[in-house]
Amino acid sequence: MFQIFQNVSVDWLRYRKVFILISVAIMLGGLASALIRDRTEGGTEAFNLGIDFKGGTVVTADFKQRPSAEDIRDRLRGAGVSDTIIQPITDKPGQVMIRLPKLEADENVSAEETQVIVGRKKVAEALSTFGVQVEVKQEFPAEGNAFKIIGTDAVGAVAGEALRNQAVAVTLLALVGILLYIAFRFEWTYGAAAVISVFHDVLVTLGFFSIFQFEINLTVIAALLTLVGFSVNDTIVVFDRIRENLRMHRRSTLYAVTNDSINQTLSRTIITNGLVFLSVLAMVLFGGDVLRSFSVALLIGIIFGTYSSIAIASPIMVWWQQRLESGKAQATPAAGTRSGGGGAQKRPAAGTRNEKASAAAR
Amino acid sequence: MKKNLLQRVIIIAIVTLVGLWVVIGPRHKPTLKDFTLAGINNTLRENINLGLDLRGGSHLVMQVQVPDYLKRVTENVANGVQTAAREAGYNVKSVRPEVSGDNYRVILEAEDNSKLQQMREQLPNKVNDFGSNVWQSTASGNTITWEMAGGAKDELGRRATQDALRIIDTRINAIGVAEPTLQEHGASNSHQILLQMPGLDDPERVKALITGESRLELMKVVGSTNPTPITTYPTQQAAIASLGGTVPQNRRVLPYDDRDEPTNAGQTPAPKPGEPTSWVVVESPAVVDGSELRSADAVQENPVGGDDGYSISFTLKPSGAQKFGTWTGQNVGAYMAVVLNDRVKSAPFIKSQITDTGQITGNFTKDSANDLALTLRSGALPAKLLYLEERTVGPSLGADSIRAGVTACLVGLALVVLTMVIYYRWSGINAVVALLLNTVLTLGGLIIFDATLTLPGIAGVILGIGMAVDSNVLIFERIREELQSGKTVASAIDMGFARAFVTIIDTHVTTIVSSLFLFVFGTGPIRGFAVTLILGLLANLFTAVYVSRTIFIWELSRKQGRVETLSI
Repeated sequence: MFQIFQNVSVDWLRYRKVFILISVAIMLGGLASALIRDRTEGGTEAFNLGIDFKGGTVVTADFKQRPSAEDIRDRLRGAGVSDTIIQPITDKPGQVMIRLPKLEADENVSAEETQVIVGRKKVAEALSTFGVQVEVKQEFPAEGNAFKIIGTDAVGAVAGEALRNQAVAVTLLALVGILLYIAFRFEWTYGAAAVISVFHDVLVTLGFFSIFQFEINLTVIAALLTLVGFSVNDTIVVFDRIRENLRMHRRSTLYAVTNDSINQTLSRTIITNGLVFLSVLAMVLFGGDVLRSFSVALLIGIIFGTYSSIAIASPIMVWWQQRLESGKAQATPAAGTRSGGGGAQKRPAAGTRNEKASAAAR
Repeated sequence: MKKNLLQRVIIIAIVTLVGLWVVIGPRHKPTLKDFTLAGINNTLRENINLGLDLRGGSHLVMQVQVPDYLKRVTENVANGVQTAAREAGYNVKSVRPEVSGDNYRVILEAEDNSKLQQMREQLPNKVNDFGSNVWQSTASGNTITWEMAGGAKDELGRRATQDALRIIDTRINAIGVAEPTLQEHGASNSHQILLQMPGLDDPERVKALITGESRLELMKVVGSTNPTPITTYPTQQAAIASLGGTVPQNRRVLPYDDRDEPTNAGQTPAPKPGEPTSWVVVESPAVVDGSELRSADAVQENPVGGDDGYSISFTLKPSGAQKFGTWTGQNVGAYMAVVLNDRVKSAPFIKSQITDTGQITGNFTKDSANDLALTLRSGALPAKLLYLEERTVGPSLGADSIRAGVTACLVGLALVVLTMVIYYRWSGINAVVALLLNTVLTLGGLIIFDATLTLPGIAGVILGIGMAVDSNVLIFERIREELQSGKTVASAIDMGFARAFVTIIDTHVTTIVSSLFLFVFGTGPIRGFAVTLILGLLANLFTAVYVSRTIFIWELSRKQGRVETLSI
């Protein structure tokens, strides 16, 4: 049998402060990036919102011989226009629609007319590497490729305020559903810890998007939803093991049981998450430009989703559960045996010293 | 054991065959050609609806007819001013809207100029939606003129465009068009809307639904009351003549569809020349209009089946119901015109006081009644919409990106399969079988529910496949643990499945619960994601637990008696 891990015994919870510090640092970094960018006049904005969210320009070009979408995108990037969407018009053989996000320009481009003119100029500049530009009413020359720009229009956001608000509201609702189900199957502290760690994953991912100014478009919403599902899945696997171990080893502390459970599920974590990571990495490497935002968001989400189920969800759950129990112990100091029932809440309260001792004893 | 195994194998075989048939079975009479690689590829394309981002679709640019809207605003304000003047007891000869070219005016003519200044100051405050920065008033002689300011026209036009966007969005979501993109188009004063939607079976119906004005008004018919039949006129001229040659501000002459003409998708068929249509005179303004609607549903009048004989029943909001109740109470016996887009659909007489429900009858088919109810529910468009251009466009993600995405997915899948087989050896094959079956069943589910696959949907598939791999890894790791603790192969498999099953149920149910929220309350990409994810997870519960288990049972039964080793 070929196995990566065997009988691991790492005291994960010992590093909980370090873990949480790292996460807080990353989240603060993201927040700082968003705030500073937001406040700086004339600089970039908090997030690099794409044409889906901010609107932009649609240029319709007519080619004598239509180049491939990939080719057009490359030339546009060469002219300094990135994040474009190239959509051929299938019922007109030479025509193609090019959508560009709002462009940064030297002049004041607040008025949409100027924005349109800037877009048109940039596109014309990029396309002229394919052939000569001719006026709309002129015929194409006999020699070589040529193109005309037959329309330039400003377009508004596809995902207006309504969709954005809806996405946030619906995701929050889904998280409430997750909280309730985990509370029902485990304890509500488990549910709260899982939801907090999912929030952490989303915030960290958004933080990276702000720091590195990756473009946020509609596909990123799909990626965020995916990483929420992924992270919750991961957390539940660990929690499930904790619940099982708590039933089997009534004597050990929650602290020790949690460490054991993380260790026992570690090879599963590495294999599953490693496989998903590899698949998403393939998408980042080979998936092309348009899908890059999507795959990068997934990649960050998977790394931090894995990290958070060990480093965020479990410590928070243990901390919270211990607080509850010590509170209960103080409230009813004369309470007799707390055994029986088998739920995590009914376990004897354990002080920090005991945990360290038990962890060291193993 | 043997019998159990046989039963399992039969169930799995049936599910697999049905799934495969749904996915790659052609919808026409199959020929041998359909089972070549190219044939299967073709059938897949036919069977699976791909969204705008993956396959392209229609590109429609439409324009909100703002002059139309401004004219209606002017009429409403004129009506409002008139009502306000009457209620305040001013002596007013007439209030009329006047539209000439690009100028919109409301002209009030008083009997004398004694209270003119007072009216000029006070009347606007009593009119709803007056907008004091919209109308500029001037007074001379016995008349006050409110004229719409130039800047206000743009502002109102923008508002109309925004309203139209919102209403179109509601409508296309209600029909279930998968993930269209809807955005403002052109300069802000061009009032254009760009809609891209995936290829549809019936684009004309959707186009009609989008532009269906669905302006509903309930108005009093002028003339006889029950039991005398309703007063109608054979021609428009005759109707106008009955009013003394000109139509006064408080009357309108409308065509009356004698319940014969078929109606289509909330759009009014133009009166055909030469065809006998009757005309009626109604009181203006309407008693209540579509903005007071609370709900509208298609109902079948005489439930004998078939697609005909439908009507629309509607209920009014409390405010509208109050107005309607008072009015019907005072007008028992009168004929009430149910007016849709300036055509009288029906004109029943009022038997007794009605408060909040009504019906639109008029020989609707099931589809046309449903479509009309849908457009009524979503609210009336602020103005007519005109299609400016219509094109067919390629996928919005770009064919090159899709090709790259497919390559990436295949590379990813190959990596997964390879790792599983290397790491878990023969048991890895087991996982690969479960994965393939999972993909087939997810696609089958998509086809059965006629859902559309888009990029967010693919994200859902990816998460589903990820969790399928995870389920197998959980089971295998558990079996390994049990083997290490010294159990026999058979009992290790039993324990491994039993223990992993609890975890798999918890992870799957959690995700299904949260996806159900996304599905029920979300639209567009969020919904597309939820659909495939839910399907994938349901398929998973079958493949990872049931199919995987069966393969192990088969493995055990093959080696009769005690099995010493397991390739895992």
